Amino acid sequence: MASNGRKADTVTLTIDGREVAVPRGTSLLQAAAALGIEVPHYCYHPGLSAPAQCRICLVEVEGAPKLQPSCVTIAQDGQTVHTDSELARGMRQGVLEFYLVNHPLDCPICDMSGECSLQDYVFAEGRERGRAQEPKRVFGRDDFGGDVLYYGDRCVMCTRCVRFMDEVARDSRLTVVERGDRAVIDTFFDSGLDGASFAGNVVDICPVGALVSKDFLHKARAWDLDHAPSVCPNCSQGCNIELHTRDNLVQRLKPRENPEVNGHWMCDYGRSRYEWMNRTGRIERPAMGRGEERSEADWPGTLEALAARLAGNEGEIAIVASPFCSVEALGALSQLAKEAGEAAAAVFRSPRAGDEDPLPGFPLLVRRRDLAPNVDGARLLGYARTGTDDGSGGLDEVAAHRGVVFVLGDDLNDQPDDFGAAADLFVYLGTFDSPAARNADFVLPVTTFAEEEGTFVNAQRRVQRFGQGLRAPGSARPAWLVLGALLAFLKSGKTPANAAEAFAALADEIPALSGMSHESIGPGGVRLEAAHA
Amino acid sequence: MAYPYRHERETRVLSEGFGDPRARTVAGWREFGGYRGIARALEIGRAETIDEVRRSGLRGRGGAGFPTGLKWSFMPKDARRPHYLLCNADESEPGTFKDREIIRWTPHQLIEGCLVGSYAIGASHCYIYLRGEFFESNQIMARALEEAYREGIVGKDILGSGVDIDITLHVGAGAYICGEETGLMNSLEGRRGEPRIKPPFPAAVGAFGMPTTINNVETLAATAHILRHGGDWYRQWGTDKSPGTKLFCVSGHVNRPGNYELPLGFPLMELIEDICGGMREGRALKAVIPGGSSVPVMSADECRDCSLCYEGVEAAGSMLGCASVIVMDETADIVRQVRRMAQFYAHESCGQCTPCREGTAWATRILRRIEDGRGTEDDLDTLLQISDQMTGTTICVLSDSLAAPVISSIRKFREDYLALVRRGERVGVA
Repeated sequence: MASNGRKADTVTLTIDGREVAVPRGTSLLQAAAALGIEVPHYCYHPGLSAPAQCRICLVEVEGAPKLQPSCVTIAQDGQTVHTDSELARGMRQGVLEFYLVNHPLDCPICDMSGECSLQDYVFAEGRERGRAQEPKRVFGRDDFGGDVLYYGDRCVMCTRCVRFMDEVARDSRLTVVERGDRAVIDTFFDSGLDGASFAGNVVDICPVGALVSKDFLHKARAWDLDHAPSVCPNCSQGCNIELHTRDNLVQRLKPRENPEVNGHWMCDYGRSRYEWMNRTGRIERPAMGRGEERSEADWPGTLEALAARLAGNEGEIAIVASPFCSVEALGALSQLAKEAGEAAAAVFRSPRAGDEDPLPGFPLLVRRRDLAPNVDGARLLGYARTGTDDGSGGLDEVAAHRGVVFVLGDDLNDQPDDFGAAADLFVYLGTFDSPAARNADFVLPVTTFAEEEGTFVNAQRRVQRFGQGLRAPGSARPAWLVLGALLAFLKSGKTPANAAEAFAALADEIPALSGMSHESIGPGGVRLEAAHA
Repeated sequence: MAYPYRHERETRVLSEGFGDPRARTVAGWREFGGYRGIARALEIGRAETIDEVRRSGLRGRGGAGFPTGLKWSFMPKDARRPHYLLCNADESEPGTFKDREIIRWTPHQLIEGCLVGSYAIGASHCYIYLRGEFFESNQIMARALEEAYREGIVGKDILGSGVDIDITLHVGAGAYICGEETGLMNSLEGRRGEPRIKPPFPAAVGAFGMPTTINNVETLAATAHILRHGGDWYRQWGTDKSPGTKLFCVSGHVNRPGNYELPLGFPLMELIEDICGGMREGRALKAVIPGGSSVPVMSADECRDCSLCYEGVEAAGSMLGCASVIVMDETADIVRQVRRMAQFYAHESCGQCTPCREGTAWATRILRRIEDGRGTEDDLDTLLQISDQMTGTTICVLSDSLAAPVISSIRKFREDYLALVRRGERVGVA
C-alpha cells in the first residue's frame, strides 16, 4: 500500500532522452531543472504566479498539437518532452529575434549586462544578425520612485515586477499601460514606489536591465563583482543575502534564496544599509596604555601582556557586547570571562524599531523590531539587553565598574569621557575609536561581520552562517580569534584556526548548540530546536 | 421602413424583424412569435433544452463553429457555485456587422436567447458584453432590457416559472481583444483585457472564477428559434455538418453589400453575383476573405465552387469564421489591404505574448516598407517566417489571425508583392 501511495505521488517522464521522476504537479520547466536542463524563461519566477506570456519556455511534448509553455504545463506520467528539438530551438530563436526588434542593445551602458537573461539567451541561441531594419520604438527612462529606475526600451514585458507588487508585496503600485508593442510598465499617478518597503525586489527579479537600482547605477560591471554568501545584519530576521563587492568595498546587497527565512526577497531597509561596512578610519593596530601613555604594539606582545593581567585578575568582570558580533565572538568572550573571574554583568545594546514590517505575500519575512542580526544569539549566550530603543544609555554601572571591563563591538559613542576610568582593567575590542574608549588599557582592533566568517541566531532562533566578503583593514582580526588566543594563553590550550573551530569549541560547552557545527548548519541555517529534535 | 438589405432568396429566421421598429418592444416581438422559445425551454427543463440545441446541430457563430449544445453540456450539473452566461456582443472583427443588426433591430431576440442559454446551463446571471462603439445598439438594448424587466420576462421568477435570471448589459471600452472569450472575462471583471491561459477552461473557471459559458449574439438568438420550433426544424436548412441559417455580412466591391440571411452551404459565387448584385462596375473578382479579416484570403479560382458552410470554405482553403465576406475586385491592392489588416492587429494586440506583441508590429512595418516600394524579396521570406512563428505560439489566436492573411496573400498573390519589390509597381488602384 505504501509503495502504491508513493507511486501516485510521483510521475516519471522523459526529457531530452533522460528519464526523471518528479512529484505530481511539477511543471515541465521544474522537471527539466531537476535534470539540470535550463529551459529559457522570462515571465516565470519561482516566487510568483506564471502567466505563460513570454513564450520562450515553449517545449515540444510528443502527442501535443503545438508547443507547450513548460512553466505551466504539468508533467504527466510517460510523457516525452524535447526542450532542444529543432522545433523548440527554432521557436526560441524566433522569440529572441522578436525581443530584439525593439530592444536598444545598449549592453555597454546597461547595469544588467553580464547577468542579463536576454543577453545570455541571445548569445546562446539567437540569430547572429537581426533582420529588423526599421527604427526602434523609444520610451526613454522613467523614475519609478524609491530606489527604482525604469528603462522601458530594455523591458521584455515579463510583468514579474507587476506580479511581485500585486502578489508578494500586496501593494499594487505597478501596472502595464497601453497594449501591443506600445505596452510599458508604469506607476499609478505620482506616488510610484516611494515609501514601499519591499520594492527593491523588483530590480532583483527583472530578468533584463529594465528596472535598475539608482543606488547601484553605473557603479560597477556585473563581472567585476565578487559574491560572498552572507546574512543581512540590519535586523534580526537575518535574510540570507550576498555581499557584492568590488575593490574591497560592498557595492550592493542582494537576497539569497532561503525558503525558510526570506524566500527570494529582502526588504529595502536592509538592502540600503551597507555603507557602514565600507567606512574608513578604522582602528588598525593593537595598542596598550591609557590616554597619553597609549602606544601601538604587535599582536603577540599585546596578547601576552593582556593574558598576564587577566591571569592575575581578582576583580569581577563586566561586559558590554554588540549584537552585531557573531555567536563565535560573543561565546568566546563569555568563556574568557568565565575563565578570568566572577561575572558582574553581561549586557548588550541595540536599536529597536517602533514596529515590525511584514511582507504580506511571504509572511515568514518580517523586518523585525530588533535592528541587529544577533540579538537572539546574544541572549542565548547569556547577555541581557540594556539601554533605550535607540541603542544608547544603560551603561552607568559598567561605566563606573571597578573590576574588569570588556567592551566588544560597541563603540560607546554616547558614553562620557570617564567611562571605565575606575576599572582595574578596561579592554576594548572594537572597530572605531571613541572618547570613552580612550580609557582602555588595551585596544584590540577587530573585524566587522563582513570581514569574517561566523554565525548569527535570527529571530526564528535559526543559526545561520555568513561568509567573508571584505579583507580586514590593517591588522584587525576576528574577535573570536583574538579572544580564542587569550583563552588559549589562560588555559594553555589551542587557538582555533578558523570560525568553524571557534564554533565547535562553543558547541562543546553550550547545551543549546551541542551537536551543531558549521558543516551541519550548512548554507541555509538550522533552527536551534530542530538541531535537538 | 424598408430594410435596405433584402433579397428574395433569403431565408429569414434571425433577420425577420430587421427594419421593423415594432420588433424592438416586448409586444411587438411577441407578434413575431417571440418569447415562445424560452417558454418552451422552461416547460421541457434544462437537460431537454440542451438536447434540443444539440439536435439542431447549431454551431457557434462567433467564428470557431464549436457545437453549441456540446459547449453547454460541459457546464457542471451541480449548483454549488454560481454559473454565468456571457453573451459576446463585442463584435469587432473587421468586416463583421451582423450582431449589431440583431441588437439594434431585435433586442428581444437576443434577450430571449440569453434566457434560453442561461436556463440551459443553470446560470441565474447573464452578462451581455457590448462593444463600446455601439452607441445606438447600447441605447436600444438598454431600453429593451428595461422593458423586459418590467414585463417580468427577465429578473425574478421569469414568466412565472419560478426561475430567476438577471441580465446585465456591460459596455466595453473599445478593444478588439476583449472579444476573445477569456479577454472578455478579464475585462468584465475590471482587469486588463488580456486572454487567459487555458486550461482551466471557462466551463470550469470562467468569469469571477465560476463556471461560465460564453456565446456569440447570433448563436444565442438562434437558440430562441430552435427552442420554439425544435432542433429538427432548424436542420431543414444548411448541410449535415453546418445546419441552419447564417447572417452573411458582405462588404467590398459588390453592387449591393449588406447583411443577408442564407442557409449554410449557399454557393459563394451566387452570393456575390445574385444576392449582392455582382461585382462593382462589372469588374473581375480578384480575392475574397470569407470569414472576417482573421482567415486566409481566397483567390478568385478558389471561390468558384466554394459553398458557404464550415466544411465548404475549409475545403476551399480558408475558414467560414463569422461569415464576414470581404470581396475585392481587380482594382484591389492586396499588399495594401494586408498591410492595413496587419496594422489593425498590431494596434489591437494586448501585448502579453512576445510573438504577438513584437511580431504584429514588426510585420506591419515590413509590409509598409514593401508597400512603399522599399522592400526586397528577402522581406517576403522574413514575413513568411515570422508569420509561422506567430502561429500557435501564443495564448490566444490574435497573432495567428494576422499570420493567416499574410501567409495566404504571399502564397496566392505573390505576383502583387513581386511587382512591388522588383519593379516598384503597385497592382490595382485601391
